[in-house]
Order: sequence, then structure tokens, then C-alpha cells
Amino acid sequence: MTTTSNTLNSPTSTAPKQSKTRSVVQQQRIWGWVFLSPWIIGFLAFTAFPMLASLIFSFTDFQIGEWPPSFVGLDNWANLFVDPNTSQSLGVTFRFAIVSLPVAIGLPLILASLLNSKVVFGKPLLRVLFYMPYMVPAISSIFIWQSFLNGQTGWLNRLLRLLRIVDPPNWLFDPSVITWGLVLLGVWGIGNAMLTMLASMQGVPTELYEAADVDGANGLVKWLRITLPMISPVILYNVVLTVIGLMQYFLPAYVLTSTTRTNPETNFFNLNLYRTAFQFGHMGFASAQAWMIFIIALILTLAIFSTSNRWVYYSGGE
Amino acid sequence: MATSLNRAPHPAVNTSPYYSRQLRRFTIKAMVTLLAIMLLFVYLLPLGNMLLTAISTREQLSQSASDSVIPSAPVNFTYAGSETIPAGDYPVFKVPTEDGAIHSWALVEKKRNTSQFLDPSNPDAGLIEWKGSWRTLEPDRTFAPALENFGIAWEGIKFPQVFRNTLVIAVAGMIGTLLSCICVAYAFARFPIPGKNILFIILIGTIILPSQVTLIPTYAFFAAIGWTNTMLPLIVPHFFANAYNVFLLRQYFLTLPRELDEAAMIDGAGPFKVLISVIIPQSWPVIIAVAVFHFVWAWNDFFGPLIYLIGKPDLQPISVAVQVFNFQFGPHPELIQATSLMALVLPLLIFFLAQRVFMRGVVVTGVEK
Repeated sequence: MTTTSNTLNSPTSTAPKQSKTRSVVQQQRIWGWVFLSPWIIGFLAFTAFPMLASLIFSFTDFQIGEWPPSFVGLDNWANLFVDPNTSQSLGVTFRFAIVSLPVAIGLPLILASLLNSKVVFGKPLLRVLFYMPYMVPAISSIFIWQSFLNGQTGWLNRLLRLLRIVDPPNWLFDPSVITWGLVLLGVWGIGNAMLTMLASMQGVPTELYEAADVDGANGLVKWLRITLPMISPVILYNVVLTVIGLMQYFLPAYVLTSTTRTNPETNFFNLNLYRTAFQFGHMGFASAQAWMIFIIALILTLAIFSTSNRWVYYSGGE
Repeated sequence: MATSLNRAPHPAVNTSPYYSRQLRRFTIKAMVTLLAIMLLFVYLLPLGNMLLTAISTREQLSQSASDSVIPSAPVNFTYAGSETIPAGDYPVFKVPTEDGAIHSWALVEKKRNTSQFLDPSNPDAGLIEWKGSWRTLEPDRTFAPALENFGIAWEGIKFPQVFRNTLVIAVAGMIGTLLSCICVAYAFARFPIPGKNILFIILIGTIILPSQVTLIPTYAFFAAIGWTNTMLPLIVPHFFANAYNVFLLRQYFLTLPRELDEAAMIDGAGPFKVLISVIIPQSWPVIIAVAVFHFVWAWNDFFGPLIYLIGKPDLQPISVAVQVFNFQFGPHPELIQATSLMALVLPLLIFFLAQRVFMRGVVVTGVEK
């Protein structure tokens, strides 16, 4: 195995100097490990080992300051399915993800298509300005939107009243609309998705569009039959990252509930986990929750990838 | 609109096919651009909400929602006094007269049915009598930003201190990220390591790993070695590379010609020397991108400081300080918006200065994978 990867990876230009190759390759390999070592150590110390440890903790009643913890078998895992808070928070997270995902993919797709179109002036400036809110620190962004969505003084409701909507909702207080309030609050987070989709659209070979023009295809057909399939790998990438991000949704829920009040509608899985671990100190049970969301995220990722051969087009033919 | 121009040629319009197509194209372009600008306007509207709230007074914000959103204050006319009129501050009202004009006049003498006014632009003309109840008049207001909010917010979140804390965490972590990610990317780009492809897939795989799954043992570990309530848990892990930045640097290093490396090696340069004198000098755009990525990320980071610095307010960075401050001063929307503005100025400034390399970096990590 080592020899095959040798020949694969060693630069072709060194191949003729066969006599020296062995010792040089040996030396190169050692240097490679030296340069790689920060990540190897970091991966072991901050990813592999903690993952294993949290799996072990999930079978204990571990609490900070109480060492050693004792094993409780499958109690925490069984508790996941009994504890009403856990299942309720999982429901909140899923419901929000289902509402949020189409917006998180659709809106950047629309904006990227607009900025990619030939019929817009000032595209570089528009691109920077549409991307800019993504650069606003999350904490500022949450407070800014909290003010914007305020039922009485927020500009959104002032605008809606101007448009003769008599009783616009109190976005972040009314339990029946808070999900939509949070979706609105999230629209400033689409910058990266928009930018990657736009770049991908700009990489679509123009010959494809020219060929479609010859066939008399209109703009919508070209968008559906050429643009979308050609950028589908980037859409897949964004769907996966968005789903993983939504499973970890935390900050807006944390900030809004800490400045207003606790609300079952904003009891997101990760917020519940944070409370379990850092407010109640049940590190063992929180570890089980962490593994649960990890397994769910993994299953969702695999599920998305398994559907991808039906809708993702790789021009390389892979 | 464009089509109607085509169908009904007006003698004054040049209707030759070329110009008509040009005009049509221009019209479509202008309309789509207008649509994009309107979308952008709505998208950035919360920023306007934030800016105007941040410079409003508490009193104005508590007034009813139908009032103007522009911060303003009633206008007073300060009169030095004359033989007949005593000196003083007189409130200015919008006074309609019979000729239909509306004047900004200062109210000097209030009576039920007639009042005496003074024209601030011509006070020497003396008093003007106006018939009608002055109570029906609307006070004249002028734009008056409450800039003192920023002073209060500055003191409230201890801006110099939190700014310094954030800077220390961000810059130290940035140095760690650059050192470690450059080395690791160099290893992936240039060295024949057995199983390199598998290692690279593992590295990329960590991007989709939910952070909760490593959270508790990592926290417990830092607590056990006494690093909680210090900045170390927010800095030291960055000396061990991360997937995004390694990927970005590796992609860039792969585009650099190997001939230069080899020439340096023939001249007797070792791998470190090649990295420092050949690779890095060619890679400034991507190195700047990684530095900016990390800086902005660290500025934004909330969860790390929240759990590691909860008991040490003096070390907290701006993100947590703003949240804590606003939790305590909940009913002060103008201060909440002022602190939010203060927290976003630097990241936004850096973004505008480095936007070219920054957006290029986003594209590389997002599209090429």
C-alpha cells in the first residue's frame, strides 16, 4: 500500500532520478508527517478523543466537579426517548428546519440568478451589498432583527401598516408566528450560499447557453435545464451544510429567550442541550443528547447524499 | 413598456430596428436593476432600523408607533429680548396663515383665541398676531440625533476593555490558525504521505461534524486543567489547524508551480526554507483571506466565550459583553442598537477593505470541493 501511494504522490519530475529516489522519498515522507502533525495532534485531541469520551460519558452520570462518574448503563439513552423536553426540542428543531431549509436554499438561488443575469447594472456592487449582512456579527444581527421585528415600533410592521395590513403579527412574541420570525431573522445568513451559487453559475460554459439559443429555448427553460443542473453540486453542498447548521441552531434562540422569556416554541435541541449541560450540570445526559443529534445529523447527511445521484449532475461524469 | 414603444412608433423616436432593440434592452436592464435595488433596500432595511433607533432618545421610542422614525426634538427660538418682548426660549410652531402658507413662528404670548408670534427669521419686525387656538398647532421639530447613546453604551459595555479582549483572542487565534494551517496545507499539497487521500477525506469530514459531540469532554478537559475562565480554550485549539482553512490553502498551493520548489531544493533549501522563501511569498492573497476569515470568525464567536468565560466578565469579548449588557438593560432599545452597531463596525470595515480576497476564498471552499 505504501509503495502504491508513493508512486501516486511523488512528483513525476523526480521519477527519472531513480537512484536517489528511495532515500529522498523516505526523507520527504518524514517531513510530510512533521508538517501534518499539528492537524494529527489536533484531530486526536479535539475531535477523535472527545468524541470517544462523550460516547463513554453518555453511559455515566457525569457531573462537573464530581469525579469519577459512575456508570449508569443505558439509562441516559433510554431517558432520551422518555424525557419530554428532549423529544419536544427535537420536534421544534425539525419543524424549524423544514420551514427554514427552502428559504435558506431558495433565496440565495434567486439572488444568485439575479446577480448572474446579463440584464443587471452594477453587479459587483450589488454582490458586495447583498453579501454584507453575512459579515454582521451574529449577536448584532439578532438584536438588529429583534428591533426590526418588534410588534409596535419595528420597521417591518410599520411598513405592513402602511400597506394597510391592520394587525401585523408580533413576530418574536406570538408563539404562532415565532417560527416565521426566526426564519426572517435568518435571511441575513445566506451570503455564503449566494456567493458559492453565483460563482458556480459563472462557471457554466457559455457554449451550453449558445446551443440552447440555437434550439430557441427561452430564459426559464435555460435556467431549469442548464443552470440548475450545472450548479447542483453546489446546491448539494449548501443543503448539507444548512441541514447540519440547523441541527445545531442555538444562538438566536438563546439570545431571544434570555432577553425575553422561556418559550416552548424556541426550545431548540441545542439550547436544551446547553441547559442540560451548563445550567443543570447533567453532563452525562447531555453527552447522550449530543450523540443523538450527531447520529441524526449523520443519517440526514447520508440520506441527502444517497438521493444526490438522482438530482446532482457532475459534469466530470463521476 | 418596451414592447409598446416598438408597436406604436412615435415620429420623435428613432425607430430603426437597431436603436429600438438597444432601447428595449436598456429598458429591461433598467427595470431588472430597479427590482434588484428594491430587493436590496428591503434586505438592508433592518440596518436603517438599527441606525435610527441607535440615535433616538428613550422618550421618542416610547411614543406611539405611528410617529416618525426620524429622531427629532422640538425647535426653540432663543430671543435676546427687546423693549416690548422679554428675552427667553420660545417654542416654534408650524403656523398656517390665510394665504395658505405655513410659517415656522415662535410662540411668545399664549391666549385662548389669539396668540402673539415672532418670526425667528425676522425678529425685529415685532410680534405677529394670529387668530386661532395655539393648542391646535403642531410644534416644529428638527432632526436631533441622540449621539449621547453611544457614550452611554461605550461606558456600559466597557468598550475599551472588551475591544482589547476581542482583539487578543482574535489575533492570537489568527496567528495559530495561520501557522498550523499553512504547515498542514503544505504537507497535503507537497509531500508523499502514505494514506494522504484518506487523511484528507477525514479532514474534510470534520466540517460536517456537529460541534456538540465534542463539546462536553472538551469543556471537562479544559475545566480539569484549570483553563476555564481564561482565554486559553479560545486560542490554543487554533494552533492545531482546521478543515476550511487547510482546504483553502491547499487548493492554492496546488496551483503553484513545483519548478520553483525544486529549483530552491537544488540550491540546498530544506522543506522549511522552501515553505518560507518559495511558497509563502507566492501565497499572500490566500494567506490574507485565511487571516480575515479567522479574525471575523473569532469576532463573531459567541458560544466559546459564553461557556469558558462566564465567570470572568473582565475577559469577555464583545459578543458576550453586548448580550450580557442588553440582558441587563432590556428596556433600552436605543442602547441595544448602539451596542450592536459598535460590535459590527470593525468586521464590516475589514470586509470592505478585503472583500476581493475574502469572497474569492468563500468561492474556493464552497465550489471546488
